[in-house]
Amino acid sequence: MKTKTCNNPVGTGKYTGLLLISPFIAGFLLFTAYPFFASLVLGMTETAGGELRFAGTDTFKTMLRDSGFRKAVGVTVKYTLILVPLKLAVSLFAALLLNMGIRGIGVYRTVFYIPSILGSSLAAVIMWQYLFTSDGLADQLLGLAGLPHISWYGDGRYALWMIILLRLWEFGSAMILFLNALRDIPAEYYEAVKVDGCGSIRAFFTITLPLLRNAIFLNLILQTIAAMQEFSAPYMITGGGPMKSTETVGMLIYNEMFRFGDISMANAVSWGLFMLIASAVIILFRLTGGMKEEM
Amino acid sequence: MKAFRKIPAYLLLTLLGAVMLYPLLWLVGASFKSNEEIYSSAWFMPESFDLSVYRNAWRTVTPYTMGHYFLNTFLIIIPKTVFAVVSSVLVAYGFARFDFPMKRFWFALLMGSMFMPAIVTVMPVYMFWGWLGLLDTYIPLTLPSLFACEGAFVFMIVQFLRGVPKEFDEAARIDGCSTLGILVHILVPCIRPVIVSVSVFTFLWTMNDFLQPLIMISSVEKYPLSLILRLSADSTGDGYEQRKILAMSVIGLIPSVAVFAIAQKKFVSGITTGGLTG
Repeated sequence: MKTKTCNNPVGTGKYTGLLLISPFIAGFLLFTAYPFFASLVLGMTETAGGELRFAGTDTFKTMLRDSGFRKAVGVTVKYTLILVPLKLAVSLFAALLLNMGIRGIGVYRTVFYIPSILGSSLAAVIMWQYLFTSDGLADQLLGLAGLPHISWYGDGRYALWMIILLRLWEFGSAMILFLNALRDIPAEYYEAVKVDGCGSIRAFFTITLPLLRNAIFLNLILQTIAAMQEFSAPYMITGGGPMKSTETVGMLIYNEMFRFGDISMANAVSWGLFMLIASAVIILFRLTGGMKEEM
Repeated sequence: MKAFRKIPAYLLLTLLGAVMLYPLLWLVGASFKSNEEIYSSAWFMPESFDLSVYRNAWRTVTPYTMGHYFLNTFLIIIPKTVFAVVSSVLVAYGFARFDFPMKRFWFALLMGSMFMPAIVTVMPVYMFWGWLGLLDTYIPLTLPSLFACEGAFVFMIVQFLRGVPKEFDEAARIDGCSTLGILVHILVPCIRPVIVSVSVFTFLWTMNDFLQPLIMISSVEKYPLSLILRLSADSTGDGYEQRKILAMSVIGLIPSVAVFAIAQKKFVSGITTGGLTG
């Protein structure tokens, strides 16, 4: 991200700009910085009989030993590792198809994008709940294809897949990002390699993929952060079950706070999740080298 | 010849499109089906259309109608949208047109805050509103928008403002226009498309938001749409008419579909810069 705006300003007075951005500064302090540190401080207390007592790192230690927390981290990581690559692959594939000079591209684009708009709404989540009930649409389709019946809610191996499929269904927003990046690649590049006798598969790997690196990176980061915070789909569809096989860290925070009334643990887990997301982002930066200036 | 080579692409796209849309078609169809029909036929078409289910669904499972919950939702969305637009435009104006101490630092902070996972800060924020005695009001849901809390919006508007020549500002200033006057009379008309985008995104995100209302709002009469849908889905027991909750879901999707249909062109065609898509 470049900050070219820094040069050549037209404003008068040194503090006019600062005054204009003051809502952002106040909001950042109040709704980002303060809660961020407050949750660390609250995580260093323990909740006993409705009162908070300072407890140093005890709550964090309890959290790390707790099997529920470990399980939730496992579920969240597994969910993210399956969902994000799948979603990126499907959205890139759809974007490439749409970029072939397809007629009626607007219609396809809209159709693929609609689930992204509706998918995170509760109404769509309820719809999903119905699609996978026993004898629901998913089951009937399996039957029509001659495949055995799957107990989506009862079997720990499949329950997480309901949520993965729901979020995969919302690949449209990632696709739009790819589509915009694809449109920025000059057609001359492809003509040049064609002259060199390069096939379309080679062209994909030598031109398209390298030029898409910023879009891929941005999608990777945004989708990973979103996936690791997953809350509403497991909360509504499975309630975390069966056998906690869909209980994400996001759900654990909610449960600690509102079901068990354990403010300290809820905040400790929040920080645990933050550290988890931060490490994921750092790993992604290391692996891909982050965003590069356009060639 | 060339057109023929694209046939597999069309087939794949159409197939994918059908897979994407079928669940929604099924939802609309199933809202007219009896319980047995829902669980026996995969085809979306119901045997008969009986609109009385929608009259039923409109009455919800509470003493209030869906109309009441729509009103609640708009009581949140309208102030939130106005707040988000005004604050984001002011902050973006500051970043795009002025020089001030530590500007790079503030801009980096703005970009960084876009990647702050909301779920990490939600508990202390909840306790903060509780301490102020403002839980179960719409203030926790709307007021934060007054502080340009969506970095992505500010970024989008900054990008747009860069495209407006600075000579416009200078000419207006020579003519005696004040700092805010330039913004209101010169720049805002130039950046109307991006203001529409910000409003549409705020609308859709608020319609979909579930966690915030879930923890902040506790009385049923103040519920927005998402919470009344949850309540209805939870209160369905054996022998309950499933189509009622399905019909409520269809009703709940209508505002987003309508707004999307109106704004669709601008939306999908790539005005949305800065990774902000849905």
